[in-house]
Amino acid sequence: MSQPIRFHYRGAVHSVTDASPTRTVLQHLREDLHCTGTKEGCAEGDCGACTVVIGELQDDTLSLKAVNSCIQFLPTLDGRALFTVEDLKQPDDALHPVQQAMVECHGSQCGFCTPGFVMSLWGLYLKREDSGQQGAPCRKEIDDTLSGNLCRCTGYRPIIEAAQRMTELPPVTMAREPVTDALRTLRRDAPLHYEFDGRRFDAPSTLAQLAELRAEFPDATLLAGSTDVGLWVTKQLRELKHIIYLGQVADLQQVAEKDGMLEIGAGVTLETAYAAICGHYPQLNEMRQRFASLPIRNAGTLGGNVANGSPIGDSMPWLIALGAEVVLQSITGQRTLPLDQFYLGYQKKDLQPGEVVAAVRVPLPRPEVQFRTYKLSKRFDQDISAVCAAFALTLDGERVADVRIAFGGMAATPARALSAEGTLRGQVWDEATLEAAITAMEQDYAPLSDMRASASYRMRTAKNLLRRFWLETRTQAPLANADVNAYAALQTETQA
Amino acid sequence: MNIQTESFLADPDKSVDLNASPDWAAVGKPSPHESAVLHVSGEANYTDDLPELQGTLHAALGLSQKAHANVRAMDLDRVRSAPGVVAVLTAKDIPGLNDCGPIIHDDPILADGLVQYVGQPLFMVVADSHDNARRAVRAAQVDYEELPAILTPEAARDAQSFVLPPMQLRRGDAQAALAAAPHVLRGTLNVGGQEQFYLEGQVAYAIPQEDRGMLVQCSTQHPSEMLHVVAHALGWSSHQVRVECRRMGGGFGGKESQSALWAAAAAIAAARLKRPVKLRADRDDDMIVTGKRHCFFYEYELGYDDDGRILGAKIEMVSRAGYSADLSGPVATRAVCHFDNAYYLSDVDIRALCGKTNTQSNTAFRGFGGPQGAIAIEYLIDDIARELGRDPLDIRKANFYGRNDAEGRNVTPYGQKVEDNVIHELVAELESSSAYRERRQATRAFNAASPVLKKGIAITPVKFGIAFNVSHLNQAGALVHVYVDGSVLVNHGGTEMGQGLNTKVMQVVAHELGVSLDRVRATATDTSKIANTSATAASTGADLNGKAAQNAARQVRERLALYASTRYGGAPEDVRFAGDRVHVNGEVHPFVEIVAQAYLARVQLWSDGFYATPDLHWDSKTMTGHPFSYYAYGAAVAEVLVDTLTGEWKLLQADGLYDAGNSLNPAIDIGQVEGAFIQGMGWLTTEELWWNSAGKLMTHAPSTYKIPAVSDCPEAFSMKLFKNSNVTDSIHRSKATGEPPLLLPFSVFFAIRDAVASVADYRVNPALRAPATGEAILDAVDAVRAAFGG
Repeated sequence: MSQPIRFHYRGAVHSVTDASPTRTVLQHLREDLHCTGTKEGCAEGDCGACTVVIGELQDDTLSLKAVNSCIQFLPTLDGRALFTVEDLKQPDDALHPVQQAMVECHGSQCGFCTPGFVMSLWGLYLKREDSGQQGAPCRKEIDDTLSGNLCRCTGYRPIIEAAQRMTELPPVTMAREPVTDALRTLRRDAPLHYEFDGRRFDAPSTLAQLAELRAEFPDATLLAGSTDVGLWVTKQLRELKHIIYLGQVADLQQVAEKDGMLEIGAGVTLETAYAAICGHYPQLNEMRQRFASLPIRNAGTLGGNVANGSPIGDSMPWLIALGAEVVLQSITGQRTLPLDQFYLGYQKKDLQPGEVVAAVRVPLPRPEVQFRTYKLSKRFDQDISAVCAAFALTLDGERVADVRIAFGGMAATPARALSAEGTLRGQVWDEATLEAAITAMEQDYAPLSDMRASASYRMRTAKNLLRRFWLETRTQAPLANADVNAYAALQTETQA
Repeated sequence: MNIQTESFLADPDKSVDLNASPDWAAVGKPSPHESAVLHVSGEANYTDDLPELQGTLHAALGLSQKAHANVRAMDLDRVRSAPGVVAVLTAKDIPGLNDCGPIIHDDPILADGLVQYVGQPLFMVVADSHDNARRAVRAAQVDYEELPAILTPEAARDAQSFVLPPMQLRRGDAQAALAAAPHVLRGTLNVGGQEQFYLEGQVAYAIPQEDRGMLVQCSTQHPSEMLHVVAHALGWSSHQVRVECRRMGGGFGGKESQSALWAAAAAIAAARLKRPVKLRADRDDDMIVTGKRHCFFYEYELGYDDDGRILGAKIEMVSRAGYSADLSGPVATRAVCHFDNAYYLSDVDIRALCGKTNTQSNTAFRGFGGPQGAIAIEYLIDDIARELGRDPLDIRKANFYGRNDAEGRNVTPYGQKVEDNVIHELVAELESSSAYRERRQATRAFNAASPVLKKGIAITPVKFGIAFNVSHLNQAGALVHVYVDGSVLVNHGGTEMGQGLNTKVMQVVAHELGVSLDRVRATATDTSKIANTSATAASTGADLNGKAAQNAARQVRERLALYASTRYGGAPEDVRFAGDRVHVNGEVHPFVEIVAQAYLARVQLWSDGFYATPDLHWDSKTMTGHPFSYYAYGAAVAEVLVDTLTGEWKLLQADGLYDAGNSLNPAIDIGQVEGAFIQGMGWLTTEELWWNSAGKLMTHAPSTYKIPAVSDCPEAFSMKLFKNSNVTDSIHRSKATGEPPLLLPFSVFFAIRDAVASVADYRVNPALRAPATGEAILDAVDAVRAAFGG
């Protein structure tokens, strides 16, 4: 029997029984609740005008994060708390320091993006409150916080200033206990099963339940962070008859080290996953920031990125270069595949009916492996790559003992450069070898032209990124990353 | 009207000097945007936020899937039977004129038989919800007979396909000057278009009124134009239609003429169904349907001497007008009138063609052709400098307009004398404050030691003409009401799109009445309050509406002064209004008290106001006259870091100086300058419009169309106002700030070009197209390397 969707909203339990399971949080706010402070700018999670803050209990502690309400389906709020811009004013109608700072710094012009910026900044304010950070946030932290908010009027400078100013104003502490208490009462004994108008939404809470549901409904849509599936609905207007949601499966939320591997459950958000991986591979810090905006990383999952297997997904090249594995779960048990064998063709994966991606396993660093990943896109923040490259090289003296090269944006799937790798193995890691590998890359890839880049640009830069990797890792006078990468150079310059 | 005197509140010097502003002076203060508190709390209402009336229906447009085709048949049965659908309307259902073109009537609201671009509206679905309307649209079956499509300005020129006749501005003998010049540059350049990307998409909400009336709540920069289009489409008189707009979530020109389609369509449906109808474009439809900044293709010849001084210039500019004229004519005119930018050009032959293409009908976008005209001359000056091995700044200076008649060289190609030239001082100040010369040397030193990453730096000037080129548009009206309790309401014909116009107008009114700003409130723009308004465009919003509001407030004040002097003695001209008080004949009374007394004495406490900018004329045939009220000036320096292996780049530092005259509100003006800088930088770098070979725009959402984001704003970013006072009697001698600063980031583009040129030791002119995407930059790097011999 269908159960109501219940979440904490405006200080009370809000219950929904009569909305389509694919109704977005934004549609519900604006059209059903007539609460119009939250705006629609793009309905694809790319502009941030719809940013809200979601609260949930993690290990019985309230976790608060900004997400894009335009691509989150309403039932995913079940058991969580929803905060919108209307929640920020104080009981005496005074502005919250985030809002006050925006006013003082002239951070709004047309004002349409402003509620979204305010919510992203509030997310930062809460995070700093949680961690007890004092003083103004640094520019990098501000950029990361606001990476998913577009403003067409201000040029951002006054908003950046507001992000610093907000910490100088008399603090306002969020009362977390009432929310935590409320969320405890919203905990379910049995998983959410919601139906409306012939459409169904299941939110299993264990891996076993998930596997059972998957076995029974192999054609249902699996939903994790909704950063892609959300667009199937808002942009392609697809009818999703049955959704199985991974976001409540506790077993999938784990990050663990075992057998020399970092295992990341398929329900772990990109933000959490990248934080864990960057702890081992600081080379991935730029990728973490460029992968997507913070609200997207707060919602999307590494498992979803891998399961989706888009040719322009940015995790697969480095996962493949590092030799990562994917763990597949079905009702009959688990199997593990090297990730590069998972992708069979465009949008085709080695995934049996009834199987789900349960985890991604990333080998822990080995000192002899030199590893880099590079992303190329028109814009630094929240952009899809034209080309994404990853290289893992093991030298034996001056010779290449082993190398794995993988690219996104160059073929119908994330794919290794096997010819180039072949020309490198056993050779001296010098410029002549590099040139041979660069030539060989033409055998590996035949990229397409589209709105992100021409085939020519993709091929030229793929080759040049291999050159960049060589410049960084050559045995004679290697260059620093900051000597070959404008973003790295800027970070260095900023720190200096 | 056209009041030539300064406010009698204080002597002019004091009222316009920001630092010396007395406490009561409202103008010149950095007051926050009037809606700032509403913005940050989510309480500012945009059109789609207004409470919906009972029975409201939602519309969506069915769009052409072909670039150029005859429509043989449209099967809309499945659309009609889709869930929630109430009505499906086509061109035949339009009771009046099927046109929403602002000047030429070549812009059908719904296509009738012929479609001319992918995205052209063909039919309209009205349903019980936004979602149902969108879904129903997709069920249409349209049978097309495809016709050949023209997709680029070059192709339009080759096919002699134009939406308007060619324009030409000639002065002197360019051909002879070129023939005699010691050096001549010849070449071509491509500069891409730009999507406005207002965060709030196009939206209109039409609500039928009694006795065949229609209220249209609409996100528009031009309520009067919406009124005309709606009235014509319905076959009604203007007085039956009322258009209201409290604020827009950004306009940038995109809601000047092209809000009309949405307003008209919503009104047609509402009139037909006698129910309120809302038409809100989702982002993809918005970008696929509406026009953008025109992309331009240029072919040029330019002669210069050994000092880099330009002797003659011949240029043909072809814009991508799209399928209809829209505002392409005035855009081309402004491009022609800004090819000179800050430079004296003695002998010129400028030709502008508006290429008819099977793409969106391009329209206004901040700058309105000005940036497209000026970037061409800046590109050429950049070329000259490299050819001569000189610093481009020196070539720029050598070509600046003269400062006065004695210096000469101060008449534009279109015949207007430049009488307020401050570009010499302004650029000199920036050159010094930014340490441009030293940093230029430093980039050379850095590049010598850096094999992959290269730095570049450039300083570029701006001169921008303020006023509508079409003289009659330079008029405005306002209403000022003083209520018995001393509160003040101002309404004017301009629209608030984030630029702070209401704030500035409120400041003007508060200043005029000597009251504090919080006593003044601005209302939504409403065609039933101020009639026959011009678009809030051409940077003239504050110039026109500020003057009109000042005029209205002044009339009220003069009546109050007359009343006060009658009652308390003294001469009316000696009555002072300041600090919410009235000083009369040695006594001081609260403003509220005088107002209340005046009311009892039956004094009219409200007034209309009007303003028409004086001394403007323009001959469109010869392209000469005095089209501009004054010029605004500016300059910026940008320094970039370019990755020569990938074309990726970062802006390291940008410093700018902008001439806002006596700024009405420095905070708002700085905001305009900074915003325009980043927006213009987007146009010239990351913002790429990309159509596929079938003519479909593939960059139609922020996932594919990349406007600048937060990390694109450099830490070292300093935009300042140049200390100046308008020579022309503008409102408090301020200057416009809407459009001119959009040209400041030319400096970014030329800094990138400078960095690219370093790979060939600055000896080859890089062919760099705009937008300078990573790919465009890498193409330029590779071309320069090839030309330099690897």
